[in-house]
Amino acid sequence: MSTDGRSSEKVLAAGYIIVALFFVLAIRLWQLQILEGDEYRKISEENRLRIVRVAAPRGIIYDRNGTPLVRNTPYYYVSINSQNLRNIDVPALADLLSMDRDSLIEKIKGRNQQNKYEPIRLKDGLSMKEVARIEARRSDFPGLEVDVDVSRDYLFGETGAHLIGYLGKPNRFQYKNPDFRDVPSDAFIGQWGAERLYDKVLRGTSGERVIEVDALGRELRLLSEKPPVRGEDIKLAMDINLQKQAEEAFGDKTGALVAIKPDTGEIIALVSKPSFDPNLFARGIKYKEWEELSENRKLPMLDRAMQSQYPPGSTFKIITAIAALEQGVADTNTKVTCDGSISYGRWRFGCWLKTGHGTLNMHKALVESCDVFFYEMGRRLGIDKIAAYARMFGLGRESGLQLVKERSGLIPDTKWKLEKKRQPWYLGETFNAAIGQGYVAATPFQMAEVTSIVANGGYVYRPSLLALASAPQPVEKLNIRPETFEAVKSGLFGVVNEKGGTGSAARSSMVNICGKTGTAQVVGTRRDSKYVPEKYRDHAWFVAFAPYEAPKIALSVFIEHGGHGGEAAGPIVKRTIEAYMRIEKNENRQAPD
Amino acid sequence: MKIDRRLIKNFDFVTFLLIIGMAVIGIMTIYSATRHPIPGGDMPTYYMRQLYWLFVSILFLVAIVSFDYIWLKRLAYVLYGAGIFLLLLVLFLGKAGMGAQRWLNLGIFSFQPSEVFRLLYLITISRYLSELQGEVTLVSLLRTFMMLTFVPVALLIEQPDLGTAIMLMLVFFSMVSIKGLHRRALVLVVLIGLVSIPFLGHIFWAGLKDYQKNRLVAFIEPESDPSGIGYHISQSKIAIGSGCFAGKGYLKGTQGPFRFLPEKHTDFIFSVFAEEWGFAGSFVLLFLYLSLILRGLDTARKAKDEFGSLLAFGISFMFTIYFFVNVGMTLGIMPVVGVPLPFMSYGGTSLLANFVAAGILINIRTRRFELFY
Repeated sequence: MSTDGRSSEKVLAAGYIIVALFFVLAIRLWQLQILEGDEYRKISEENRLRIVRVAAPRGIIYDRNGTPLVRNTPYYYVSINSQNLRNIDVPALADLLSMDRDSLIEKIKGRNQQNKYEPIRLKDGLSMKEVARIEARRSDFPGLEVDVDVSRDYLFGETGAHLIGYLGKPNRFQYKNPDFRDVPSDAFIGQWGAERLYDKVLRGTSGERVIEVDALGRELRLLSEKPPVRGEDIKLAMDINLQKQAEEAFGDKTGALVAIKPDTGEIIALVSKPSFDPNLFARGIKYKEWEELSENRKLPMLDRAMQSQYPPGSTFKIITAIAALEQGVADTNTKVTCDGSISYGRWRFGCWLKTGHGTLNMHKALVESCDVFFYEMGRRLGIDKIAAYARMFGLGRESGLQLVKERSGLIPDTKWKLEKKRQPWYLGETFNAAIGQGYVAATPFQMAEVTSIVANGGYVYRPSLLALASAPQPVEKLNIRPETFEAVKSGLFGVVNEKGGTGSAARSSMVNICGKTGTAQVVGTRRDSKYVPEKYRDHAWFVAFAPYEAPKIALSVFIEHGGHGGEAAGPIVKRTIEAYMRIEKNENRQAPD
Repeated sequence: MKIDRRLIKNFDFVTFLLIIGMAVIGIMTIYSATRHPIPGGDMPTYYMRQLYWLFVSILFLVAIVSFDYIWLKRLAYVLYGAGIFLLLLVLFLGKAGMGAQRWLNLGIFSFQPSEVFRLLYLITISRYLSELQGEVTLVSLLRTFMMLTFVPVALLIEQPDLGTAIMLMLVFFSMVSIKGLHRRALVLVVLIGLVSIPFLGHIFWAGLKDYQKNRLVAFIEPESDPSGIGYHISQSKIAIGSGCFAGKGYLKGTQGPFRFLPEKHTDFIFSVFAEEWGFAGSFVLLFLYLSLILRGLDTARKAKDEFGSLLAFGISFMFTIYFFVNVGMTLGIMPVVGVPLPFMSYGGTSLLANFVAAGILINIRTRRFELFY
């Protein structure tokens, strides 16, 4: 051979180097396939498989008579496949979607970097007109897609909005909450009211589609499918007709109304005014609309029935009266003389009627709402006994409904004063507490509960937002004598129906209404409401039940800066109760048994 | 021409069967890589076209083997001139693809002259070096470079076909090394190499097209560019790694047909193979290539003349570079230079050129005893 020996040696050396190079490749293969193989296998599966959650049709919310309050409606949104971004004429697209250019560009830039094949949502809550326009020009924008979700129509708009609530997109915290783990990432969930409280029931179980996709995110085939399970319907205790009429009775006043069935604890109306339109939220609230709502001085988003507390004023005299009769510090014949005020040390506590009521008994004191009589009752009872009775009726604590983050109200006593204010209790404060002023505070919902318990003669029912299929067992029967309830109820009948009663504005020729007015002071001294600017005017209360003989409805009405309770709230009470009586009568006629 | 009985007796069946095996594995893998992700769906017929090319390539191989390679030596400079002509032609008439002008359209098919040229270059440099007496001195080193290497490298960079250009340079230095460098020339080569790396690197970088720069950046920092070249490398690593030991099974791979892997039937064919056949299959495949290359080196040692020896070495070296650069790229340990995997990647010109190269190897080995032909 002509190849010389040295050359042959070099070829041999090259051979060794080449074997070494192959060794390097083999080691790298070992590293990728054996050492890190499981990890890469997982990534390749994730590459290929997508789990798409399919939202279940949401359960429908009905009122107690089976009237649907909501409807599931398609909700359109437009998105673009991120693969097609490069060839998009942004100004033309902005035009088509009637968006301004900058916010469109921002949307595109802010897309999900983790999953770059996910379509980018450009605009939500399209109208049918917009959908038609986009569909017509879709061929000009490859990758543009109109998709549909399910949202809600709230059939009664603002009526009962605080109770029914609304749907919205999950927020940042809800995404992390395990309760929402199986909710499709852009499905709507209940964010307020019954929609939120019963979300789990209404939501149903979302289905799952395991699909195989290619690198462009195109669906290749369906590997497995679990159909969604429709959410359950719920039936609210609320009566939409009653709710509607109560809200109409409110007019443009600010305040709350809570109506309860005394024999079951069902909440048949819950008004908080001003209200809002839940449809705004369900179709994706616009920033401007939200700003308007949240910056409205009248706070339409505040549930005044549960989220605002005020001194209950004279409506609290019901508690003081029951405590006095039960504790034996007074009976129905006990008389107190009111000459317009009572003096205590250097302090003078006035009655609202400066000329005085003269000598009166419990019945008359309730009817005419004499403050001096109840100062005396308070003095005889002491604050701790008053507080104990108030708590028996559910005051000073949350209802546990969890419809909203509710206020607990406040029932002060000596212990509370010592702990919170580091001061002893003064008798003057007892006087104030006995007539529902001073530290005492309650929500309209709590006062409705009190009224309901008085109306049914001491049975405490768990308040229920849902219609009950059968008569519930009371949670407890208060240890209060029937005679006490009879005496107080007859007083409350007098408030509305007797001469000199403070609640005569609620008197009805149709039904015997019982009630108690109240006025919560806004500024120190009482003034005649009509000549005071609205924001300094007192808050008006009216609690009532009817009929006297066999109560079917108990309610509380609260009107912010309404002035005197009887005048401002009386007509609302009357109208609401009469409406309910009519509804009841119709029902009984329709369902003879 | 009368077929000599000794020709059949001495025929290098090992090399022949190795490359046929690789080509068949390649066609199977091309089929799997380009199949429709849903069974029964339409698919392109790359595998059929590659099969036709395989038959054509075998015919060429037989033709190459049937006459003595001494004719290659005789025709070397003519072939070289023709090669340079082709490179010039492609610069003026070539059609562009992927930002580079590498293809010549010949009506029924188009081919890449650079694929052919590297063989012609090997033949020429083998002849030139084989006629050189003794070690390569400094002067003859420079002369060889200027005469035979500089022009084609410049033309290739102009295309640009960086891969083949670098390939030619490597072949040049490896061939003169094997021939034997004079000590002073060796020192100079090493010194120039060391000193010019940063300097050349700069010129080199400035002369790169954007997509070439991206490839280098992505190689160093794959996460910097998740949708570009870095994305290719990571998807290739996912494909290979997910094969684990035994592989997902033939036609069960997903990275290729589901389009996660780019260039799945050309440059990244090894990834598709490794995904379906796992470490076991990949290791066997490595072994096949190693066998082919070592067999080629053995041919270089046993060749009857220095021309044959240098040519066999050059061809084996070229296979090594292509294999290592391609597989190294799919494994994420080499930059993406767009080099096909010999015998397996889809591409007619490449397959044909490699078969011709292997044919020359077989030719040299088969005629190793024919001293006085």
